[in-house]
Amino acid sequence: MTLRTFGLATLLSTTLALASPAYAVTEIQWWHAMTGANNDVIVKLAEEFNASQSDYKVVASYKGSYADTMNAGIAAFRANNAPHILQVFEVGTATMMAATGAVKPVYKLMAEAGETFDPQAYLPAITGYYSTTKGEMLSFPFNSSSMVMWVNKDALKKANITEIPKTWPQVFEDAKKLKAAGYETCGFSTAWVSWAHIEQLSAWHNVPLATKSNGLDGFDTELKFNGPVQVKHLEKLIELKKDNSYDYSGRTNTGEGRFTSGECPIFLTSSAFFGQVRANAKFDFTNAPMPYYPDVEGAPQNSIIGGASLWVMAGKKPDEYKGVAKFLAFLSDTDRQVEIHKKSGYLPITKAAYAKAKAQGFYNDFPYLETPLLELTNKPPTDNSRGLRLGNMVQLRELIAEEFELALNGKKSAKDALDSAVQRGNQILRQFERTASR
Amino acid sequence: MHKNVVFQHRWLPYLLIAPQLLIVLAFFYWPALQAVWQSFLLQDAFGLSTTFVGFENYVELIRQPEYFGAVIRTFVFSALIAGSSLSFALLLAVMADKPLSGSTVYRTLLIWPYAVAPAVAGVLWIFMLHPSLGMVARGLRALGLDWNPLLNGNHAMILVVLAAAWKQISYNFLFFLAGLQSIPKSVLEAAAIDGAGPMRRFWTVTFPLLTPTIFFLIVVNIVYAFFDTFGIIDAMTGGGPAKATETLVYKVYLDGLLGGNLGSSAAQSVLLMMMVIVLTAIQFRYVERKVTY
Repeated sequence: MTLRTFGLATLLSTTLALASPAYAVTEIQWWHAMTGANNDVIVKLAEEFNASQSDYKVVASYKGSYADTMNAGIAAFRANNAPHILQVFEVGTATMMAATGAVKPVYKLMAEAGETFDPQAYLPAITGYYSTTKGEMLSFPFNSSSMVMWVNKDALKKANITEIPKTWPQVFEDAKKLKAAGYETCGFSTAWVSWAHIEQLSAWHNVPLATKSNGLDGFDTELKFNGPVQVKHLEKLIELKKDNSYDYSGRTNTGEGRFTSGECPIFLTSSAFFGQVRANAKFDFTNAPMPYYPDVEGAPQNSIIGGASLWVMAGKKPDEYKGVAKFLAFLSDTDRQVEIHKKSGYLPITKAAYAKAKAQGFYNDFPYLETPLLELTNKPPTDNSRGLRLGNMVQLRELIAEEFELALNGKKSAKDALDSAVQRGNQILRQFERTASR
Repeated sequence: MHKNVVFQHRWLPYLLIAPQLLIVLAFFYWPALQAVWQSFLLQDAFGLSTTFVGFENYVELIRQPEYFGAVIRTFVFSALIAGSSLSFALLLAVMADKPLSGSTVYRTLLIWPYAVAPAVAGVLWIFMLHPSLGMVARGLRALGLDWNPLLNGNHAMILVVLAAAWKQISYNFLFFLAGLQSIPKSVLEAAAIDGAGPMRRFWTVTFPLLTPTIFFLIVVNIVYAFFDTFGIIDAMTGGGPAKATETLVYKVYLDGLLGGNLGSSAAQSVLLMMMVIVLTAIQFRYVERKVTY
């Protein structure tokens, strides 16, 4: 290309850019981590919002896994190029919350934009995870789920088990029966080792995971999950691992296929696993609330959520924030919530949406979509079960998984493993406390 | 015959190497200096609060037993990869060097795996050796071996070394083959006439003449094991179980990107950089002396 044609081309493209109507519409960047069917839900939400009005245009971009998306958002913020809305998984909450100069709390955004916003309309079990202790919503819950126990009913029949187990001792007993009935490599298993065996277990039994309401009341929290309930539970897992009536399925959810393939007849994982199960399981399945230890007083308490929320990033123009607020109000609409709930299997976030789905008789056909809601609302949340907010949670989960792996492999006792996890975890929390900008 | 080309113009040589220098400065020295600077800071993930802490990040690291674990693990890991992939590649190259019919096809097939992306290689091996998915794993279990890389650290290490070494064999093979072909046939023939058998010819003639290639490949393989195995580890084990496959470069990623601890991560990369510089220097300084060129 000669210099002259190059100049011409530049001129032409500049003219084209100026002539395009893009500048009339305010663009709102939305970075997310949803794949497959849930990505379709996101694309459709953006399309519907863009069609519903002409001032704003939501542009949804997929940025990889949850961790990738969060890192992309952080890197973009450092380069002054952050999106307006960033989807962050639940364990990133403390990190985002600590970054007061980087995010705009949702309750402030809604007030400034003058959108109608009633925090009471949302399910407290869900929003509590993303709110200050005063109830101010910091981020907007988007896709929430909880942990449930998925059950292969055909396998239970084969092992002559008539009732779906409710307590952990029953699960252990049934796992032995299942093993005897031919499920030799795995009686039961779980995904998300830390979420299942530490985070949910603690909330479900109303025992503390950490001081200061599991970190919700301040960053000077200390880990407490080496208590008798958690130690006893890990001891049982170690014992059952010896003959594989319990088997380990990895740190994240990569082992979920062991349920749908029929290898593990009892499997604890997210309620959002529903889509996969419905598509791939070639057996009669259902789910039930997580098991509990009947000798622990007050159990079962209530479960905590997982999933992700939408954070609004700081440093944008007021007009853009108006559009973001409009979009969040659009998402909160009852009918839209019911639709998202039905399509994705994620939980509705407003009370009205839950009531509506119920009134429509949705849970008669899909009882397994109500299980997580029943768990979450089982009892009014206590300081131990409202949620958790620990800095560097991704690292914490990794090290909890490491200690579990050592214990399950027979290298450490349950008590030693959890003591060491607590001690190492506290170091990480102190490090976070130092860097957290407050 | 000795040629000595001298540039007449004073600035021309600098001008000619300027593009290369600029690239090296922009893509190597600048980020490296930034890493050094970052390693003296304590900073939150968003860069909102920054404190200069001097050598604290380094002191913290040295205090961590986990860090030394990772150092030792990385050396064991590199030695295993370099050892297994070099010896296997040499064996294949010696065999491929023989006059065979269809040797081009044979050689091409051996070079192919090099084109496979690290993450893909990892996934391929996972499909074979995953405890509940893999065909090979099922076979191993049927033989009574409780193969479980999800919990057993040694099994996980074997898995990662297999995939990483397999990928590097093609590269090593290519260089060994070239090295073998450059050995003058007359030397080997002379040895044969003197009555040396194939084994003796290999160890006393071929192998010594190959030492420059071997030396070069050791350096390349160790650097490969230090840095380029990231994709394989990430796809296969994620550093687990219980840090059994967490090498230095993977730890940099875990602490920096997942943990948001940029200061420590930067300090680790600076140490890693120094380690590789020292290692390469030692290799060139001492190992090279024993090499027959």
